[in-house]
Amino acid sequence: MDLDPLTLARIQFAFTISFHILFPAFTIGLACWIAVLEGRWLLTGRDIFRQLSEYWTKIFAVSFGLGVVSGIVMSYQFGTNWSRFSDIGGYILGPLINYEVVTAFFLEATFLGVLLFGRDRVPRGMHFFAACMVALGTLISAFWILSSNSFMQTPAGYELRDGRLFPVDWWQIVFNPSFPYRYFHMVMACFLTTAFVVAGVSAWHLVKRRFVDHAKIGLSMSLWLIAVLAPAQVFVGDLTGLNTLEHQPTKLAALEGHWETYEGAPLILFAIPDQEAEMNHFEISIPKLGSIILTHDPDGVIRGLKEWPAEDRPPVLPVFFAFRAMVGLGLLMVAIGFVSLWLRWKGRLYDTGWFLQTLRFTSPIGFLAIMFGWITTELGRQPWTVYGILRTEDSVTPALTAAGVLTSLTIFFLAYTTVFSAGIYFLVRLFQRGPEGGVRAPDLTANRPKRPFSAAPEAIEPGPSGRPTRISPSAAE
Amino acid sequence: MLDWIDLTLAFAFIGGLAIFMYVLMDGFDLGVGILFPFLPGGEDDRDIAMNTVAPIWDGNETWLILGGAALFAGFPLAYSVILPALYLPLLLMLIALIFRGVAFEFRFKAVTSRGAWGYSFFFGSLFATFAQGVILGAFIQGFEVEGRDFVGGLLDWLTPFSLMTGVALVCGYALLGCTWLILKTEDGLRDWCYRLAPKLLLGVLIFIGLVSLITPLWNEAVRDRWFTFPNLLYLAPVPVLTLLVAAMLLTTVRQRRDGPPFVLTMLLFLLAYGGLAISLWPLAIPPDITIWDAASPPESQVFLFVGLVFLVPTILAYTAYTYWVFRGKIRAGEGYH
Ligand code: HDD
Ligand code: HEM
Ligand code: HEM
Repeated sequence: MDLDPLTLARIQFAFTISFHILFPAFTIGLACWIAVLEGRWLLTGRDIFRQLSEYWTKIFAVSFGLGVVSGIVMSYQFGTNWSRFSDIGGYILGPLINYEVVTAFFLEATFLGVLLFGRDRVPRGMHFFAACMVALGTLISAFWILSSNSFMQTPAGYELRDGRLFPVDWWQIVFNPSFPYRYFHMVMACFLTTAFVVAGVSAWHLVKRRFVDHAKIGLSMSLWLIAVLAPAQVFVGDLTGLNTLEHQPTKLAALEGHWETYEGAPLILFAIPDQEAEMNHFEISIPKLGSIILTHDPDGVIRGLKEWPAEDRPPVLPVFFAFRAMVGLGLLMVAIGFVSLWLRWKGRLYDTGWFLQTLRFTSPIGFLAIMFGWITTELGRQPWTVYGILRTEDSVTPALTAAGVLTSLTIFFLAYTTVFSAGIYFLVRLFQRGPEGGVRAPDLTANRPKRPFSAAPEAIEPGPSGRPTRISPSAAE
Repeated sequence: MLDWIDLTLAFAFIGGLAIFMYVLMDGFDLGVGILFPFLPGGEDDRDIAMNTVAPIWDGNETWLILGGAALFAGFPLAYSVILPALYLPLLLMLIALIFRGVAFEFRFKAVTSRGAWGYSFFFGSLFATFAQGVILGAFIQGFEVEGRDFVGGLLDWLTPFSLMTGVALVCGYALLGCTWLILKTEDGLRDWCYRLAPKLLLGVLIFIGLVSLITPLWNEAVRDRWFTFPNLLYLAPVPVLTLLVAAMLLTTVRQRRDGPPFVLTMLLFLLAYGGLAISLWPLAIPPDITIWDAASPPESQVFLFVGLVFLVPTILAYTAYTYWVFRGKIRAGEGYH
């Protein structure tokens, strides 16, 4: 692979979107979780819900900020690096992205201010409303961006004129064949991701015997969600796969690892696909099961990659492995959900050491599964940006120079590493500190000047003395 | 069915509105960032200044995304020509906005690295503004197009003129930030802003003058637009009003009034923006591609327009609501949470 502008632009796109998606993956679920906590506080008046909500709001604020700044980069990158794509697809994708801005981004960004800073300035009901609007904004945002991405996967409702895509039927464009599956699969993925983080942090607090009451609520709520959503996700994932079989047969062949067309295809559990030799090495498979899953018929026909010319095939190896990694993680999630139900039934949910430790270590698996899922989806779409219509190599900006992309790629890499490290550092500190109203650290405000506060009013780095510096907002009033 | 010529005009208006809203709203919070390290009262004043914009900056920046998205949806050709042409200034702007945006969250959480995030806020604001000014200058100069593609080089935008507009915008946003702080703060910080505002105003007027002189000098179309009869008569109010507003701004600052300087600065921006719009109308890609050449087809315009008619007023309404929630002076030690 030589470093032509196209390759560099692809690397840059993959890098910046992978970075961006980490934050929506978390904030979409977290926004809903905060809205639920605020709602329960409003209903029950129990202060513990307010404390939990404030705690997770601080974490939300950091992740959301990172999501916003990395998202702005994405929306300009379409134009800078993929101008042909923007010109050819702009009549359709432009309005979709524009709707995302006016229905979602403004809603999120504006009510975020009220959510973070408005608690003392607006009535309780209004604050809850703001939390709901932020959550709604994230869900609407996912709606439009997934609709545009799904259009690129399974285009519909368009017409080609002078080589450009003209809209014919907007309903078909927005609700294109793969969109409903992708939307539910993605939103559930986001909820699972958040649930695993909440469960992991709560389990960790329980192991350390800190903030026990808060942690129990967090653990219980998140594990209910996992127990329900993880199996549902497997089901929706299966439907997604059936949809792919119908609309993107080359992608399906790649993620199943099928080179030949079979009547009664095997389910390949493991293999090393070889793009050059058009075959698999070290294949381990179960006969007929592939056809049974995909066509519900042991002798169903599944087309193999050799039916398409080599230049129309996606890179099989990464798609094949990414898909298996995602499914593996999905099954692990189901297992954790079942174990939690069993322990809950036994009344041992909060004090089973090995289970709490497991949850600590599985807290990032949602992010991993999402990343593998998107790699499956996006690499599986190759060599097209708009499936069957526009090739990736024809999407790139003609005036793009290797020097230009290399500069921007390097700078983005350095900037993201800096900002990301700092973000993780602050998040870990917030996780460690735990919610307000748990075990209180000694009040150190007496000898510090009074300051106004941001969303996370308390500085969370260790002070020069090595003790955590802590400015309690209530004490400062 | 809506007549699509009108819709192209409507989209030019919406796009123009988005960019103008962005300039005003992110303008003042970028301006606060530009003044940030120079504030008289050290870290305490910096906390206050940052808190005047913390709850609203994100909404303000969303107008920038709308500007980009409106261009993409309304004039995809312009989007796909102008963005590659401005590759490096856009890169500078995006990186600067990243460092500035995260500083809001990180600075208040940091102790040992607090100063560093303060600088991240300052340099982020400064370079984002400068890059936007350069982009404006490069836009006025125009782009080299063949067919539907930009065919110029990576550094075409780089001229003394675009560097000057970069500095000009820094000066302009600083003035917006300065008068915003007059509105939102008290005591030493506000006094300092009262003293600074006239200097910044002078700078802004000089730059407006320079742009108004240089643009017609090398651009015949602009010259014809402004200096032929009867246009001269119709357009004369623009410079006259500009001077009038500047004089009122100076007076109200001298009288140490709180609200009017900010409103007048916004008016000054409106006039400058209007002047530019008059010069460049109806170009989507200077020097010769018009908004009608670059517009998306009626099918796209109608679909989007139907939604925008309801959504833009709704957005303006809830934006106004949040400004109202966070109205009033920000004082030291007064937390928002
Ligand atoms: C399924 C979800 C999802 C996906 C696939 C993407 N985004 Fe995103 N994006 C969001 C979900 C999201 C969000 C939940 O709405 C964010 C994340 C955190 C946040 O601040 O809002 C966001 C923020 C965000 C912002 C800043 C919005 C603001 O100021 O609130 C922009 C401009 C973009 N995104 C643009 C993009 C583009 C151009 C993408 C594709 C290439 C993309 N996003 C993929
Ligand atoms: C959010 C999660 C996403 C991830 C992790 C992701 C990942 C990727 C990756 C890895 C590639 C590179 C494929 C390659 O070139 O080898 C790619 C390509 C691309 N994706 Fe996505 N993507 C995501 C969402 C989207 C969305 C929502 C859109 C559009 C609305 C989109 C548009 C594109 C485009 C235009 C390309 C073409 C550039 C290219 O092929 O390299 N992606 N994506
Ligand atoms: C275990 C059962 C699962 C199955 C059978 C499954 C199936 C699939 C399939 C077939 C695709 C590709 C869709 C396409 O053609 O583009 C996909 C994509 C994806 N998967 Fe899964 N999946 C499973 C579990 C998960 C889990 C647990 C997560 C995350 C928590 C996840 C996240 C994603 C994401 C983010 C995508 C890309 C977006 C999309 O295309 O919807 N999946 N999945």
